[in-house]
Amino acid sequence: MTKIATRDAYGKALIELGRKNKDVVVLDADLSKSTKTIGFAQEFPRRFFNIGIAEADLIGTAAGLAAAGKLPFASTFAVFATGRAYDQVRASVAYPALNVKIAATHAGLTVGEDGATHQMNEDIALMRVLPNMTVIVPADGPEARAATFAAAEHVGPVYLRLGRPGVPVIDQLEGRFELGKGIVLEEGDDVAIFACGYMVHVALEAAAKLKEQGMAASVINIHTIKPLDKDLVLDYARRCKRVVTAEEHSIYGGLGGAIAELLSETHPVPVRRIGVQDTFGESGKPAELMEKYGLTAQSIVDQARELCGKES
Amino acid sequence: MDFSQLETIAQRIRCHIVKMVAEAGSGHPGGSLSAVEIFTMLFFQELRVDPEQPRWKDRDYFVLSKGHATPVYYATLAERGFLPIEELMTFRKINSRLQGHPDRKDTPGVDMTTGSLGQGLSAANGMALALKMDGHTHRRVFAVLGDGELQEGQIWEAAMTSAHYKLDNLTIFVDYNGLQIDGVIYDIMSPAPIADKFRAFNWHVQEIDGHDFAQIAKALAEAKEEKGRPSAIIARTVKGKGVSYMENEADWHGKAPDADLLCQALTDLKGEAQ
Repeated sequence: MTKIATRDAYGKALIELGRKNKDVVVLDADLSKSTKTIGFAQEFPRRFFNIGIAEADLIGTAAGLAAAGKLPFASTFAVFATGRAYDQVRASVAYPALNVKIAATHAGLTVGEDGATHQMNEDIALMRVLPNMTVIVPADGPEARAATFAAAEHVGPVYLRLGRPGVPVIDQLEGRFELGKGIVLEEGDDVAIFACGYMVHVALEAAAKLKEQGMAASVINIHTIKPLDKDLVLDYARRCKRVVTAEEHSIYGGLGGAIAELLSETHPVPVRRIGVQDTFGESGKPAELMEKYGLTAQSIVDQARELCGKES
Repeated sequence: MDFSQLETIAQRIRCHIVKMVAEAGSGHPGGSLSAVEIFTMLFFQELRVDPEQPRWKDRDYFVLSKGHATPVYYATLAERGFLPIEELMTFRKINSRLQGHPDRKDTPGVDMTTGSLGQGLSAANGMALALKMDGHTHRRVFAVLGDGELQEGQIWEAAMTSAHYKLDNLTIFVDYNGLQIDGVIYDIMSPAPIADKFRAFNWHVQEIDGHDFAQIAKALAEAKEEKGRPSAIIARTVKGKGVSYMENEADWHGKAPDADLLCQALTDLKGEAQ
């Protein structure tokens, strides 16, 4: 199985974009080797700005470049882009609706050994509440590439959430990315599993396990958390009558939160949210962390079975 | 335009400031009155701008980093023809283009949204980088910062960036009026020595009287000639300048005069104009 990190795909996509559009500029805060903006920096040194370890200034400078007509991509780790520089994102990017793309890597628990300070499980929530902000969480490498192009195409602020580890390429996703449109990967009437990012391939694993146990699950990749594909979510909630959400993020305020908000107001059905509970992470290998914090195919299976009244 | 004409405009701007803040019932007169000469010189002499085309492709950029000084900003834009003078009376009211803090989306002549202190210099750097990339050597970027605002860490992150990228197309003013909301800046959290700090950050630095048009003009000319470094003009000013009861009073940082005090302010200002 081919594995590609979404941050790697982003780094390569930036170079392609840079060749096509001379207004594309890239900013980083001393993490270009990790965020993979270094490839762009090497090919286009005059369009790359290393701001140093200064995330507030990173976002503010990107805002100024956008105000002067450039198409800036600002990259650093998710925890710094959204946490350290939250007010800069809010006041200098989102409120003026400037055309800044915040492409943040190392989101979620799969950062691994660096531990809780660097494992950002609250960024989707932080970005989702900002007016004018679009939030995208690609599931695999090719989708990260497509999302990078879509972010450049879209006029306005975008938060692009990328991960550190390699993730399996999901063949069914090939060529299907459209901003704001969820992608149905499996069809089944017993339960609808909505997933994003790293958890999409995990959700597919869960659906395969459920199938072995005689249950048919729909699996929908919600790569755009905002604007949420409300029609698709409602459609599958009506059809399956039970919903499980899965994300490498807090169960509060992310994909699960967005879907629970929508369904509770428009079509209440039982919803179970798989994600990080109200807790910080810790050091460990990504796989160990996902296991310990319950972000596994088995957790999805257990919740789906429980919703369907089956013993786990 | 000679200095006496600029004086006349400056006094009109001061009158607009006190009237619009009084009408709004809130706002920031003190740090607006201190920056009147800086604004007048910038918008009537220095900036390449065209009120007929606020988003003119060949314009200079201006960022009000101390975003609460909207009264002086809007009053200057109105005097310069970007806004109808009558519109100043909608300041801070519902459905107005004249928000409490500058909003680039809707207000002609406003290039950057500010208000959360410390963020404007970073934006100005971004603009200056964009102009350099495109080889627009005749276009420049100006920003006005507050002295209290220098307490924000992001200013010094940005000050490093300006010097690191040799942004000699960037000139900032620090409106050094010595007061902030809670009192005297030296008592609250001293940013001094301001000029030495910018020098240590590899800026070209000048210290002037920020109410003296001749000194402002000379400093701007010198900043324009400086190559390889950004320029900081540290302008000593009087908070509340021109209104007797507001001068050097921290309480008038963010407070509106009532009808009687407005009357007195206008009397003070007209007296000074004569």
